Amino acid sequence: MSTAGLLLAIAVLGAGTWAMRAAGPWLRARTELPAGLERVVTAAAVVLLTALVVTSAVLADGGPAGVARPAGVLVGGLLAWRRAPLVVVVVAAAAAAALLRLAGLP
Amino acid sequence: MRSPYRTALTRVGLEPDLARDAGVAALAAGVVGVAFGAVSVAADLPLWAPVLMSVVVFAGASQFLLVGLLAAGAGPLAAVAAALLVNARHLPFGMALADVVGRGGPWQRALAAHLLIDESAAMALAQRDPGRRRRAFWACGLFLFAAWNVGVLAGATAGSALDTTALGLDAALPALLLALVLPALRDDAGTRRAALAGAVLAVVLTPVLPAGLPVLVALLGLVLLGRTRPATPVRVPEVSA
Repeated sequence: MSTAGLLLAIAVLGAGTWAMRAAGPWLRARTELPAGLERVVTAAAVVLLTALVVTSAVLADGGPAGVARPAGVLVGGLLAWRRAPLVVVVVAAAAAAALLRLAGLP
Repeated sequence: MRSPYRTALTRVGLEPDLARDAGVAALAAGVVGVAFGAVSVAADLPLWAPVLMSVVVFAGASQFLLVGLLAAGAGPLAAVAAALLVNARHLPFGMALADVVGRGGPWQRALAAHLLIDESAAMALAQRDPGRRRRAFWACGLFLFAAWNVGVLAGATAGSALDTTALGLDAALPALLLALVLPALRDDAGTRRAALAGAVLAVVLTPVLPAGLPVLVALLGLVLLGRTRPATPVRVPEVSA
């Protein structure tokens, strides 16, 4: 791929991504949201993040992600439920996945 | 060591717990950045491409997708369109965090928008206090921006023998995001119903829809949100225009 084409692709992706990021606050500043919808907007972000967590935990490249990754995320989730510090959650999730792979699980 | 660090945090008004959590997120993302840099160079992209892309785009999943599609010989137009679709979720994130991202002068708002990523959004949403919301967002966004770009540069120059899956690092970022959304899921049964239904929908649809779309379709789960109010109401402060 040519240098110019690559530069253009990066520029368009960068500008488009920034525009979508800026559009949220821009829209909110211009529209009066009914009180009930405040909660929907916050819940929408939580719904998106949850879907992101679950899909990235159980799927890889459109197929199943195996056992180790979802198990690691689950270990992290259980620790988070017990209100463990974030660093513990992240390290335990990675360690659990790594150990399961060391044991030969996919 | 501890005391000058604390002094610096106090000066910028950042709570130590927020600084630590933002640091954890940044480290985890930095490692993924190393992988991205290495993958890009392995896909025959010139060194400057992943480095520039990481500064300008700053959205990991879409960057991996763009490089993957270009390496597979997809047309640049189709590749960029697919990557943009992956980033469409940032629009609803920005709506939920308008009190943080839409605050201040035009330059501050522009920078805040650039720092709006999954991790900074999740970390801000996990805070109740408006001040902590803002500081969590900025700390996470700035730390992560630095770590991501250093990681990408390192991965692209070193080529890298870093095996992220052997180290279990592919489980680290999902676990981090899960920990950050858990309080919202715990406190509000309606949000929990909506999120679970949405997640199931997204998983089922992932094999048949283009990347990015399943997560957006998860928003249909919001029909189950209902009218139940959270036990302790989460107040989103007014947007200052």
